[in-house]
Amino acid sequence: MKGYLGIDVGSVSTNLVFMDENGKIREAIYLRTRGQPICALQEGLRQLAGRLPANTAVRGVGTTGSGRFLAGIIAGADVVKNEITSHAVAASTLVPGVQTILEIGGQDSKIIILRNGVVTDFAMNTVCAAGTGSFLDQQAARLNIPIEEFGNLALESTVPVRIAGRCAVFAESDMIHKQQMGYSLPDILAGLCEALVRNYLNNVGKGKEILPPVVFQGGVAANAGMRRAFEQALGLEVHVPPHYNVMGAVGAAILAREKMAGGGTSRFRGFGVAETRFKAGGFVCENCPNLCEVVEITREGEVIARWGDRCGRWSGSLGYQESAV
Amino acid sequence: MMKVTFPHMGHMWICLAAMLEYLGVEVVVPPPSSKRTLTLGARHAPEFACLPFKLNLGNFMEAAEQGADTILMAGGCGPCRFGYYAQVEHAILEDLGYNYRLVVLEPPRKHVGELLSKIKYITGHSSWWEVVRGIRFGYQKARMVDELERQAHFLRPREIHRGSTDRAFKRALQEIIAMKHPRDLPEARERVRKIMDAVAIKPRPVLRVGIVGEIFTLLEPFANHDLERRLGYLGVETDRSIYLSEWINDHLFLGLVRGLRSRREACQAAPPYLNHFVGGHGQETVGSAVIYARQGYDGVIQLLPFTCMPEIVAHSVLPGLSNKLGIPTLTITVDEQSGEAGLVTRLEAFVDLLARKKGVVV
Repeated sequence: MKGYLGIDVGSVSTNLVFMDENGKIREAIYLRTRGQPICALQEGLRQLAGRLPANTAVRGVGTTGSGRFLAGIIAGADVVKNEITSHAVAASTLVPGVQTILEIGGQDSKIIILRNGVVTDFAMNTVCAAGTGSFLDQQAARLNIPIEEFGNLALESTVPVRIAGRCAVFAESDMIHKQQMGYSLPDILAGLCEALVRNYLNNVGKGKEILPPVVFQGGVAANAGMRRAFEQALGLEVHVPPHYNVMGAVGAAILAREKMAGGGTSRFRGFGVAETRFKAGGFVCENCPNLCEVVEITREGEVIARWGDRCGRWSGSLGYQESAV
Repeated sequence: MMKVTFPHMGHMWICLAAMLEYLGVEVVVPPPSSKRTLTLGARHAPEFACLPFKLNLGNFMEAAEQGADTILMAGGCGPCRFGYYAQVEHAILEDLGYNYRLVVLEPPRKHVGELLSKIKYITGHSSWWEVVRGIRFGYQKARMVDELERQAHFLRPREIHRGSTDRAFKRALQEIIAMKHPRDLPEARERVRKIMDAVAIKPRPVLRVGIVGEIFTLLEPFANHDLERRLGYLGVETDRSIYLSEWINDHLFLGLVRGLRSRREACQAAPPYLNHFVGGHGQETVGSAVIYARQGYDGVIQLLPFTCMPEIVAHSVLPGLSNKLGIPTLTITVDEQSGEAGLVTRLEAFVDLLARKKGVVV
């Protein structure tokens, strides 16, 4: 089997998909990054190699997410793309005609507006991560309910409680207050979903024209309570596409296919990289008062990439182009 | 004898130092704005003051380490807080135990007499004729630096060897800095031209983006995370709505130099989107965005420091303008908390958006 590998290394999850030449997603893997992107990526590649037939040929690799440069170096990527473009490409391929993408991930949330299949506007949360996956995770843990049951519990609510959702810290205080007042758990959870949706639409979605079809993706799209809250707030049907939680990786795979359409060999280092020793280290460059924190990636002890310097003194010394963006 | 310092704003120091040194004033140029400058400034500034305030303050603290004892700073009377920054920064420095003399230059439109007496105070025994020549020399350097920046904006997306424009730019800038007298101008111009002509480029499709917004964040690469260089590397040719020499001509020479782009055109282009002066450069931001759209630019990026009122007003006007004129806009807010990763992602995505809209590969 021949196909393309899409890798999305995010703050919370590391996702890999394998897409065959017809654009069908054959395998999708969703792992927790746990602050160790290299290990997560290697584990993902190991699992993927185990699930794919032995004669699989990788024709191209795309990486995305906040760890896209790192992942691009480790796996040997043909295309390294930001998550906004990747998500937009994936949604417009899987849901033709989509005009609005609501995406909520582990630590960021974005809105992407498309018209005629082309991104015309986007926004990302700026100064605050209130209302993203990490916060829901934390609240589920505090209430002692598995995150998987959060959404369905919220759906049981009949009278959602109003929660102050502007700030995650105050939202938590308000939830505790409402619990102590004696409101039921489903009503509080549904209220939290509504508060987060309100917050999202007022911040990230401010000034954007939200037209159907609306797609909701990212890890938080698994939460049925959030989906219902969006539908009620927008008065529109909200689709959660298949592979909603790995859409970034799907987009990266599609972009890799686009890139390799003209022929050429992939820079993929092979599934064997799962067993190679990579190390991410770093140092503070004291050459000027900017004190840049330079990241250094080594493979079997040899430096293969550096970034993080403002002036290009270190990143430029290896001739690695993408890092200088 | 006093040792004069001033805050950084991009390459403004080259022009100011040239003028003052020509008049025999001893100048202490603060070290380039860096993370240390920002850390020092942010520690002692009010949290909701804007980024320029924090960097000014840090510049003064670092200049004091090098012996500066007099601050030369612009004032202002517009509805932008900058007008009282000099006094507030001075008060903070006094509380911290610094012994700085403060000289504030107010805009000539409102206080010509006061401005002239302050200039006299700084320049001491120089004749008015010499002062005029000094200002002219500084202004000529500002023009050269701006011209050099414009060239770099053109070359960067087209260069064959990544970084060659920046290396040439640095060398050319040194030529301008080293010039000590107006009579050296023609030769220096020639050397700068040769250096920049040597950058190898190839014709390729590029995107054109106009950068608009608040003057300090536009002119200071440290404040805007080297926005122009980053965009250049992404295959974008940039222009910006304010260059130092244009600003000097508009605000200090009251438009005396002919043939330069002026804020008047920008303000005239702003209606019907923004009909009034809203402080700072808010109206220029909106007007310049309109002008870029008319000139066929592919996109507009607005830059502002967090909590900047005039630019917040402009920001709320941009979506309507963008819709009507069909030009995508992106707003970038900077302060001491700004993360680089988020900026890179937004810029990349914006450039992808422009490229796909235009149907080109950059």
